[in-house]
Amino acid sequence: MQLRFLRVDFSTQTSAPGVPMSEHYFKLYVMGSSSRSSSAIDNLKSFCEEFMPSNYHLSIIDVLEDPKSAELDKIFATPTLIKHEPPPVRRLIGDLADREQVFRILNIDKPRVKQ
Amino acid sequence: MTALTTTFEKLETGIEGLDQIAYGGLPKGRATLVGGTAGSAKTVLAAQFLAKGITEFNQAGVFVTFEESPADLRRNMSGFGWNISEWEQQKLWTFVDASPVKDQYTAVTGEFDFGGLLARIKHAIKETNATRLSMDSIGAVFSQFDSAAIVRRELFSLAESLKDMGVTSVVTAERTHDFGEISRFGVEEFVADNVILLRNVLEEEKRRRTLEILKFRGTNHQKGECPFTVIGNQGLALLPLSSMELTQRSSTKRISSGIETLDKMCGGGFFQDSIILISGATGTGKSLTTSHFVNDDNEGGRSMLFGFEESRDQLIRNAAGWGMDFAAREKEGKLKIICQYPETAALEDHLIRMQEAIDEFKPTRVAIDSLSALERISVVKNFREFVLSLSGTLKRREIAGLLTSTTPSLLGGQSVTEAHISTITDSIILLRYVEMFGEMKRGLTVLKMRGSKHDKNIREFKIDEHGLGIGKPFANVTGILSGNPMHVKEQELNRLETIFDDGDHRR
Repeated sequence: MQLRFLRVDFSTQTSAPGVPMSEHYFKLYVMGSSSRSSSAIDNLKSFCEEFMPSNYHLSIIDVLEDPKSAELDKIFATPTLIKHEPPPVRRLIGDLADREQVFRILNIDKPRVKQ
Repeated sequence: MTALTTTFEKLETGIEGLDQIAYGGLPKGRATLVGGTAGSAKTVLAAQFLAKGITEFNQAGVFVTFEESPADLRRNMSGFGWNISEWEQQKLWTFVDASPVKDQYTAVTGEFDFGGLLARIKHAIKETNATRLSMDSIGAVFSQFDSAAIVRRELFSLAESLKDMGVTSVVTAERTHDFGEISRFGVEEFVADNVILLRNVLEEEKRRRTLEILKFRGTNHQKGECPFTVIGNQGLALLPLSSMELTQRSSTKRISSGIETLDKMCGGGFFQDSIILISGATGTGKSLTTSHFVNDDNEGGRSMLFGFEESRDQLIRNAAGWGMDFAAREKEGKLKIICQYPETAALEDHLIRMQEAIDEFKPTRVAIDSLSALERISVVKNFREFVLSLSGTLKRREIAGLLTSTTPSLLGGQSVTEAHISTITDSIILLRYVEMFGEMKRGLTVLKMRGSKHDKNIREFKIDEHGLGIGKPFANVTGILSGNPMHVKEQELNRLETIFDDGDHRR
């Protein structure tokens, strides 16, 4: 699988563009096409599909392609996931393999997820 | 075996004294670890490395901060006269802010690398064409992440990447003690090639800062600790003793001491580039001799007087009492008097200030009254280094230096000051009280005069409104220097004079 991207947005929302309708907004910083990068992307996608299908917006940023964004967001380690919505903003470093831990730290509202 | 003959290129840092003890600078294209305890001026050194690159060599730099925020650094470093914001606008200084993100909860789950940091550093270097990099301080990375093993692995790969980027870097690391292991967390293994240690040791209630180059792999450097001080508008200033190499040119030009008879006793005056020590108990006339010295300018130069015991006004008033007009000479620009209490600064700071003042005024004579006053603010080791550096400073500039030293006892005796300084002085003049028949007289003798014949007599001198007047040698007196003057009868003296003659001459 070839992973070369500057910034890939995965959005499942159906509303008009520019209006943030999704309740979950994530930014995932990865470095290049390493196996750690792809597993973090895969883990996050399947996590979102399971708990918030059609209700999330996901930006994937490669620090090698877009170091300026990494600078602005003060990205130290990769992969780093930033949960912007819903508040509070949280950061999660690592490949996101432990789904239970990811769930707990991101503090996603469970009843809403169940819908 | 060509590898053995490869010499490592060095990058001149521009930091005063450091290039000297590093024999040219830091190893170029490589990382140097700077270890030190809290408050040992690691951050200042890291920032100064970039600042000097900008101001002296027009080399851009990148500062990676793991601990303090860029805003804090900009503010803290402005005291050294470094306008970092301005340099940032000119693309000469770039911050990579890797300090902890405070307002966001951060957790770690699973494997990670330092790709984000590496990409940002690379980007900053490329963007500004930077040749210098500072990272401060690496120990803080360990407090950001729990897994020391991963941090260590990642720092290692970071160090490897830095080598490929061709930048010369300074990486700081905390030490828990001034002596002992190089750094906490064992980070030195990543940049083990070059290690500099900064120490800030409390010794007899005095702080003593030193810098030691522990190793530069494959290239030479000066060994041992080098004292330094941190001063405003400059940063670290090292006082290397290597500047004391005995390579000074030697002058045969004589200058007057300001006292005619003393010049005669010295065989025609002091040498232009000599260090003269005046030793005597309190009130024997040291300040007066100093005044005569700075009041004379037969070589057509200027004099500088550093007073550590009396105020300016006192010195001027005293001089007026001996018929010398210091105020007028100052107006003419022939003399500059600088008075300070020794306690106002550390010895290293005094030295830096004196060097600055000397370089600004460019005198041909410098007098220091007294060295003993400076001695009381320092420990023995420091004082010796101070005296060495000072005389090195004077000799390099071919300035005649006159130093005074106060002996603790009224009669005879030697001070600690003299023990440290006597070997580096070219001339020593002793002023002594001589008690005879219930009267205090003053005696003067030239004890040492390198490179010249001199009068060996102990002569009586008097102080009047014209200053110091040297008279005849003490006749029929022995034991002046030991503090026990004794009057000897004429016959006895004759006998003493002949005891070393061989038998043929004896009648």
